[in-house]
Amino acid sequence: MTKLRRTLLGASVIWGTAIAAFSIVLVVLVVMGTIVVNGAGSLSLEFFTSPPTEGMTEGGIFPAIVGTALLVIIMSIAGIPVGTITAIYLSEYANQRSVLARSIRFAVNTLAGVPAIVFGLFGLGFFVQFVGAGLDQVFTGGAELQWAQPNILWASLTMAFLTLPVVIVSVEEAVKTVPQDLRAASLALGATKWQTIWNVVLPNSVTGILTGGILAVSRGAGEVAPILFTGAAYFLPQLPTNLSDQFMELGYHVYIMSTQSTNVEATRGIQYATTLVLLMLTFLLNFTAIFLRSRLRGRTVQA
Amino acid sequence: MIVNTNGTAKIRTRDLSLFYGQKKALHHITMETPGNRVTALIGPSGCGKSTFLRSLNRMNDLIDDVRIEGQVLIDDVDVYGRHVDVVELRKQVGMIFQKSNPFPKSVYENVAYGPKINGVRDRKKLDEIVETTLKRSALWNEVKDDLKKSAFALSGGQQQRLCIARALAVDPKVLLMDEPASALDPIATAKIEELIYELKENYTIVIVTHNMQQAARVSDYTAFFYLGELVELDETKKMFTSPDKKQTEDYITGRFG
Repeated sequence: MTKLRRTLLGASVIWGTAIAAFSIVLVVLVVMGTIVVNGAGSLSLEFFTSPPTEGMTEGGIFPAIVGTALLVIIMSIAGIPVGTITAIYLSEYANQRSVLARSIRFAVNTLAGVPAIVFGLFGLGFFVQFVGAGLDQVFTGGAELQWAQPNILWASLTMAFLTLPVVIVSVEEAVKTVPQDLRAASLALGATKWQTIWNVVLPNSVTGILTGGILAVSRGAGEVAPILFTGAAYFLPQLPTNLSDQFMELGYHVYIMSTQSTNVEATRGIQYATTLVLLMLTFLLNFTAIFLRSRLRGRTVQA
Repeated sequence: MIVNTNGTAKIRTRDLSLFYGQKKALHHITMETPGNRVTALIGPSGCGKSTFLRSLNRMNDLIDDVRIEGQVLIDDVDVYGRHVDVVELRKQVGMIFQKSNPFPKSVYENVAYGPKINGVRDRKKLDEIVETTLKRSALWNEVKDDLKKSAFALSGGQQQRLCIARALAVDPKVLLMDEPASALDPIATAKIEELIYELKENYTIVIVTHNMQQAARVSDYTAFFYLGELVELDETKKMFTSPDKKQTEDYITGRFG
């Protein structure tokens, strides 16, 4: 190979990869640009604080913002503790080579790869039709339909399942960065394994748990399919006041405005604005997670 | 191999063998070290001295696939006995590690950690324990003005003395030290050695060291390990002047190892 050919080959590899990388950035910019340009005009204080009116062609998205917030809060309350405990079990207690630990890991990885719509159908079948119907049977003998219908609790729990792998992986990663020396120090002082986890391991993985929580929230806030059959409502005049109420949600709101509205064209501006709000929310959450994670890394390097 | 002791024999092992999976790391070690004395464990890397040390407070339990045969008796109690509570044992037998490992907490919280997990809640009592143990580990004068400061703000030598204070705070009878000064400069090392000398009044100390001079300076007894076997154990003075075994002499004089 001559020197010229080597140089040419090298240059084309550099340029090829650069173009590939640049095109990704370009796509993001185009998508973001379109949304910002078309949506920014519809943003106003009123947009954030009032409910949709005139068949969703006017008004704001207040109930959807509240609904999304409630969804991710209930989801976090349910999912973060379960995910944290699972991660602690996997990294601290389980024998790494045991069948149990391996099957849990396999299940977590599988869960992470299951399409969101399957979670939605699972939520409908398990929570609404099985758990909900069971609860109604117990409380009212099946005479009244209260829990056996889509609501914010079932939607949040379904979403918690979807985001569980994110929490587990983040927490496990954080727990692993706690130096073995510190565990040994605690155990050598006569601390039990649980005391060591509670006093040394968990306080030193708080950032990781938070990161996991935020990533889960950002993932959950962006998903529509899991809540499609389990709790999201087309339009509600009032905010949910009870766990058995349905709710409006940002992503779902965009979906129905663009597909189910009687006048899709008239909702265009609101659609873009709602998408913009949703994107900003997700970005904000992701940046917080990245920030926390980099702080976590910095600290472990120091120690 | 038994040293003629005048004090109480705090630590004895009988036919102690340890296996990592199939690999035998300690071979039938029978020894006795007296109470309130410093016993140094010396020998080339991989000779089993650290493994031996860690079998005294059962830190080896934390490693999978470790199997132990024989007995370790601390004040005539078999620490591998069926009714022994490992957590209780580790309170009795404190440990100082090679690399100082303070918790990422304040100086105060580091020392108070042990008493706290043992249920001491009374603030006054904790203050008192922190002060006495910091004094006993010769760190009090350097940190008394700011006990709230992070342990990481201390120098390496101070951190190691803090770890000693932390171990003393749970009131052990025995202190195991795994090369406690190997990462320190000569001045910090001298302070640790001075401290060891003072501590033996109240504690039985077993120290692993790679430093022959250190063993000679701080210990009353020295045990020489080689390839997982205890070659010789005797008074340090005798070990360093006229050991019985040729192997010991060769190692101490630097002919191998």
